[in-house]
Amino acid sequence: MSDIEVPVLQDYVPTPELHVGAMAGLKPFKASPEHQAALGFPGTLVDDWKDVAIRRLGELVEGSRALRVYLDSCVKCGACTDKCHYFLGTADPRNMPVARQDLLRKVYRRYYTWAGRLFPWLVGATDLTEQVLDDWYSYYHQCSQCRRCSVYCPFGIDTAEVSMAAREILDSVGVGQKYCNEILGKVHKIGNNLGLPEPALRNTLEGLEEDVKEATGVDIRFPVDVVGAEVLLITPSADFFAEPHIDGLIGYAKVFHQAGISWTVSSQASEAANFAMFIGSREQMQKVAQRVRDAAIALKVKRIVIGECGHAWRVAYAFWSTLIGPLDFLDPRYPRPQHICELTEGLIARGALKLDPSANDDKVVTFHDSCNVARATRMGDRPGGQFTVPRSVIRSVCAHFVDMDPATIGDRTFCCGGGGGLLTDDLMELRVKGALPRLQALNTVVQDKKVTHMAAICAICKTQFSKVLPYYGLPREMVVSVHQLVGDAIVLGAKE
Amino acid sequence: MSAWTLAYAVLLYVAFVVLVGGVVYRVAIYAMTPAPLRIPTMPAPRTKRGVALRMGREVALFASLFRGDKWAWIWSYLFHASLLLVLLQHLRYVFVPVPAWVVYESPFGSYAAFVLLISLAGLLGRRLMIARVRFVSAPSDYLMLVLLLLIATTGAWMRFAAPVDIVGFKAFMQGVMALDLKPLPASPVIMIHVASVGALMLVFPFSKLLHAPGVFFSPTRNQADTSRLEAQAEGSVAAADAQQRDPGTAAPALREGVR
Ligand code: HEM
Ligand code: SF4
Ligand code: SF4
Repeated sequence: MSDIEVPVLQDYVPTPELHVGAMAGLKPFKASPEHQAALGFPGTLVDDWKDVAIRRLGELVEGSRALRVYLDSCVKCGACTDKCHYFLGTADPRNMPVARQDLLRKVYRRYYTWAGRLFPWLVGATDLTEQVLDDWYSYYHQCSQCRRCSVYCPFGIDTAEVSMAAREILDSVGVGQKYCNEILGKVHKIGNNLGLPEPALRNTLEGLEEDVKEATGVDIRFPVDVVGAEVLLITPSADFFAEPHIDGLIGYAKVFHQAGISWTVSSQASEAANFAMFIGSREQMQKVAQRVRDAAIALKVKRIVIGECGHAWRVAYAFWSTLIGPLDFLDPRYPRPQHICELTEGLIARGALKLDPSANDDKVVTFHDSCNVARATRMGDRPGGQFTVPRSVIRSVCAHFVDMDPATIGDRTFCCGGGGGLLTDDLMELRVKGALPRLQALNTVVQDKKVTHMAAICAICKTQFSKVLPYYGLPREMVVSVHQLVGDAIVLGAKE
Repeated sequence: MSAWTLAYAVLLYVAFVVLVGGVVYRVAIYAMTPAPLRIPTMPAPRTKRGVALRMGREVALFASLFRGDKWAWIWSYLFHASLLLVLLQHLRYVFVPVPAWVVYESPFGSYAAFVLLISLAGLLGRRLMIARVRFVSAPSDYLMLVLLLLIATTGAWMRFAAPVDIVGFKAFMQGVMALDLKPLPASPVIMIHVASVGALMLVFPFSKLLHAPGVFFSPTRNQADTSRLEAQAEGSVAAADAQQRDPGTAAPALREGVR
């Protein structure tokens, strides 16, 4: 399977010997001038890129306390150095979180601090050169912005903030990443990441209604643009046809159906993902989020529910209040916004769903905590709900559940290896190697606990795992949506 | 009065102004820089009190570092704790008469010098021996430890090996503070000790030592988990505080099935 040197799964993940420059050559495809223009970025590297980049860096630091404090505060203690899945998988020391930050910090110090202006050699400050710009492009596209490093840093230094800023600077000088910027263009133009226009969306969902009717004999609706529905479902567009995502969508529809909650998706906002977060653009992020607010108002819904998507839940949970808040037009009796797992857990708790967990008796399930859900959001009404709510849903529909090594779940979860705008084939080598720590922990429970499936609540995680599992000799069908398990266990029509 | 006395007095004045002025300036900038997006590392506390506790754990116990790297935690905790004890012990040069608690603290402060030396050696050893840490270390990272080692060695030397004219030094310090200079005892060890302390004070606001004020401004650690409440326009931390006290008031809204 290609020429990628796939790491061998052992019973632990060894901290690698440093292999300087191992991944320096890996760069994702650059955005074309058209992709750039659609987002208001220069099409190609601008002539005075050095000045533009330095100025943009200054602006970003002035506008972000996080960036400012983090660029100043690192003591080079090294606690984060062995926490990044990309370092563990690639052995390239520039994939150590602090070294990744230093690529930007050394330039910041050179142009914006006294120490760096006067004694650059002493404090490791360097001029901004083409080589540095090149390193930025490489290594800031080898960070999935998973924030695992920030958990262990004594000052909470968040490398994701640094890599978002770096990508924003790269965009501002005309060197954007194709994958993210092309997708953002589609969202603005068509409404979703996949570029699925309204008629195609309607078609797909009608087809799905027929499939489900055939399989269950029950009329389960997948409504589009229904004005006055109670719930607006905002879900990643992969849910509309990718495997295994689509079985999750069927699961949501069955939940709504059984609970008697009217719902709709919006053709205008048929996408939960907000890739603007990955490229660090507040302006783009606001624009993408605004679609949801507009759609919710236009459709006169009372609630917004977010489907299984990690970073979308982060944007909705943590950023919407700033970007498009307040959501005071929604029903105050429900969380605004609400996660589909919260909704399902609540329904199960009040007995509104008839469930037959034996439908999943053929499976032994484990759960992958997606980084953005785990380290940037909450579910339910107590801290840590983002871990307990999905697990409680799974346990209600599935008799056999086991967790992976505690050091790899919860807020210490390892990224799938494909988050943060890296889920593109031109970064396949990184994706395969970065999946090592997660798949090592998975393989251990597969061997020791006979685990057959890993449930996830993120479209990126699901796609990434389906793609990289075979490299490690594990079946791609292992990955399932949490709501596929729910959907399979719901006893339809049994509601009184 | 000798030129040395004058030079050291000037050094201390300048160092004091730079340290205090620099840190105040930096802190003001941190405070004024906007932090528009909510980025606490979850699970995060939902109340101000909770945030204060979290910050307290970070500052007093280095809680995150403990999770991250046990050896780094041990060396660094010993270093900061002994540094604190030594600094408290030095208050005897500032206050006249010496407050009773400083007198009681003194023996701890004195012997903490050995812990300080050992822990600094530990930190330096780590930095030299662990390839990952070495890779991210700049010359200034080593020099900072060397400077602290110099301070600690000369300090311990004067206290335990070759006692110097402490009474004279105290008079000098009192003179500096009263703007009425008294001679600095002519001891090379005192001079090295005071000069290196001055250097440390001078670099503080321009170096990674800003981690001390910085940690309090770190958004991942000092923000409460209230963004969803704000999205609901019910107010901010105050609303969360109220809810924490009386979970019953808000709990139904967070549960499906209240209809
Ligand atoms: C709020 C107060 C402070 C906190 C919470 C704090 C915390 C920390 C932590 C967690 C580290 C990382 C430990 C490591 O390197 O393994 C560190 C390193 C360090 N701290 Fe502090 N610190 C504080 C104040 C100070 C002060 C006042 C100084 C003054 C000299 C100082 C000097 C240092 C030095 C030199 C290092 C680097 C050690 C090395 O090179 O390995 N710290 N600090
Ligand atoms: S945010 Fe995640 S991917 Fe990025 S440096 Fe930190 S651990 Fe690595
Ligand atoms: S853990 Fe934090 S302070 Fe330590 S090296 Fe990493 S980023 Fe710097």
